[in-house]
Amino acid sequence: MARKHSSSKVDRRQFLTGVIAAGAATAMTPPFASAAQPAVKSPPSALPPSAKTAAAETGTPRELARIKGIPGSDFMVDVIKTLDIKYLPSNCASSFRAIHESLIDYGGNRMPEFLSCMHEESAVGMAHGYFKITGKPLLTLCHGTVGLQHATMAIYNAWCDRVPVIVVGGNDLDAAHRPPGVPTFHAAQDINAIVRDYTKWDDTPVSLQHFAQSFVRAYKISMTPPYGPVAISLDAGLQQEPMKEHGEKPYIPRYVPTAPPQGDSGAVKEAARLLAQARNPVIIVDRAARTPDGMALLVQLAEILQAKVIDQNGRMNFPKTHYLSSAPPAVNNADVIIGLELSDFWGAVNAYTDNGDNEGVGKNSTKIKPGTKLISISSVEFNTKSNYQDFQRFQVIDVPMAADAQATLPALIEAVKSAIPNAAKAAIEKRGEAARKTHAEIGARTRQAAAVGWDASPVSTARLAMETFVQIKDLDWSLVASTFGMSGWPFRLWPMEKYYHHIGGSGGYGQGYGPQGAVGAALANRDLGRFSVSFQGDGDLMYAPGALWTAARHKIPSLMIIQNNRGYHQELMHVQRMANFRNRVAYHGADLGPMGTSIMNPDIEYHKLAESMGWWAKGPIKDPAQLGAAIKEAVAVVQSGQPALLNVWTQPR
Amino acid sequence: MNLIRLLAPAAFAAGLVVGTVSALAASPEKGKVAYVNYGCWECHGFVGQGGASGPKIAPNPMPLDALSAFLRHTNGAMPPYQEAVLSNEDLADIHAYLQSISKSADYKTIPLLK
Repeated sequence: MARKHSSSKVDRRQFLTGVIAAGAATAMTPPFASAAQPAVKSPPSALPPSAKTAAAETGTPRELARIKGIPGSDFMVDVIKTLDIKYLPSNCASSFRAIHESLIDYGGNRMPEFLSCMHEESAVGMAHGYFKITGKPLLTLCHGTVGLQHATMAIYNAWCDRVPVIVVGGNDLDAAHRPPGVPTFHAAQDINAIVRDYTKWDDTPVSLQHFAQSFVRAYKISMTPPYGPVAISLDAGLQQEPMKEHGEKPYIPRYVPTAPPQGDSGAVKEAARLLAQARNPVIIVDRAARTPDGMALLVQLAEILQAKVIDQNGRMNFPKTHYLSSAPPAVNNADVIIGLELSDFWGAVNAYTDNGDNEGVGKNSTKIKPGTKLISISSVEFNTKSNYQDFQRFQVIDVPMAADAQATLPALIEAVKSAIPNAAKAAIEKRGEAARKTHAEIGARTRQAAAVGWDASPVSTARLAMETFVQIKDLDWSLVASTFGMSGWPFRLWPMEKYYHHIGGSGGYGQGYGPQGAVGAALANRDLGRFSVSFQGDGDLMYAPGALWTAARHKIPSLMIIQNNRGYHQELMHVQRMANFRNRVAYHGADLGPMGTSIMNPDIEYHKLAESMGWWAKGPIKDPAQLGAAIKEAVAVVQSGQPALLNVWTQPR
Repeated sequence: MNLIRLLAPAAFAAGLVVGTVSALAASPEKGKVAYVNYGCWECHGFVGQGGASGPKIAPNPMPLDALSAFLRHTNGAMPPYQEAVLSNEDLADIHAYLQSISKSADYKTIPLLK
């Protein structure tokens, strides 16, 4: 809450009184009244607004000019500018109007630049995608209650995906002075309560000095592994009132990054011993590589051990073209498994079959041999909360380390080098030769699998992947989203080798992330001169399609291909499964899938939706023979700086 | 795919015992419609090509008796289709449809997959 000082000549109550009086005066003077015109009595087509409504809609806030001194929100902008935040995706709201005005006028709308968003979820999703490319967080402002409620799912995604986003929610704390009506509906004692379970830290600063400390602290906490979103509740009064710190500006704390936590030296040594002595070590990675350096370190570890690497694709951890890149069944014959920043270690070494066993619960089984040793390095152990279950099932680990994997890898690599006995080196080399052979065989099998249904209509997802790739392969491309509906074909067929060749998923599987994350990542890629491409789910797009408008408005080029399978396909299969277990025929009505799961009758024309928001778009494309030419045309449009969307009717998976 | 390979021999044997599904009058055209109506396409694709949610089941489907035994008794990732839901006649038609799907090209002959 902003403190009230007796020295303030114009407080907020006086300011609002002035606004209402001015508005009322305006409302009492009919704008087109003329004494020369005779009065004609006829029933009004609509009732005129009340003085109160007119004041709210048209009143000029004359008192603003009379507020002396430096606005508090100008100082907030000074604080924000010290942190090298390039963009501010946000949906505008009255509770942060003061800092909004300071950012664009006092701050010159640079560092950060305001990006107009049509949904708070889109704003956070954009920040999410942007970070995955740049490694830098963005700031978003939102209305403290209803706006933050909109943003929550995207914040949860960022939490699960270990992505920093700085969320600032405007709030009008002072019940004695805040405007009645809507602003009071939109005020709360503790707006951060709704996101506290899935943010790393939050605060409610009550002075400008407090804000400076909170903002720098929030940035620092969000950027210390494990990364994560943070929230600050920002009082409207604190933003609007002038600085009153005896004429002196509060100081701005300097940001110094915190070094990420490394694994305990004893645990690192024990892990190295197990790996060096293993006959068949396997490395599983999810969010291990925070930067391109992390990828290089993983390649080094894998090659020293000639260990297969299973990439769960939370990040681009390991080159897909590397002969040690392997599929999940590689765990079956492992004797030592090291998991690096896994969100679900249990799921990596166990299987769950949704087969109705155990009174409908399903069947659990292990995927690994008895006695297999498990090692884990995960920074998330530092930051587990209770309510939301993103920590997954409990898995017993032989050597667990609460540490950042990438920061620990250099020490682990050195320890493994020292621990490998000379006598084992020939066997390790042999392991590598076998892995090369297996990798080549799997590659051929994968391509043969892609050939099945190649000419089918609707288009097979394998063909969609390759028709796209052939058009972008000579560009500096970046896959900024890929729906699960693609059966992983881009990951299986595209030669992904660079850190930005894919950016992982949403983290929390909250629907709607795809287009938002893709636009944010494309913004980052635009500045880096890269070509952004994404495959989007049809259902996913419709949660908040306004992200398309933001891309057009801010000239963010990207190629977005809608993998239109005309349904919420995961749920479609779930309902079908339930019907089968219960020995019933699933009711489809006139749809392809069980009632309530299809997106058809009518079909959504995603290309027209995109066109209406300033995109070049084409569709629906159902014939695979027409796909290549359409993608080629779309690629040219994107290269000219415009976003392009193709609506492609595809196979379900 | 692995599950089907594991279960196919047992399913085939069970099918021989049950012996209730006849392919004699099966119609691929009716089978194509049934394949969609019963939701087979949902996991296996419209031409049986498979994907992340289900294995490839065409071209070259498993024998009808094996398919029948598997569908009626599966306890794996795929939910069972009992006769009360999917009749033997419709199943035979679906199998005929799967059999009618032409063999896919060698990937080496597809320029984008070379």
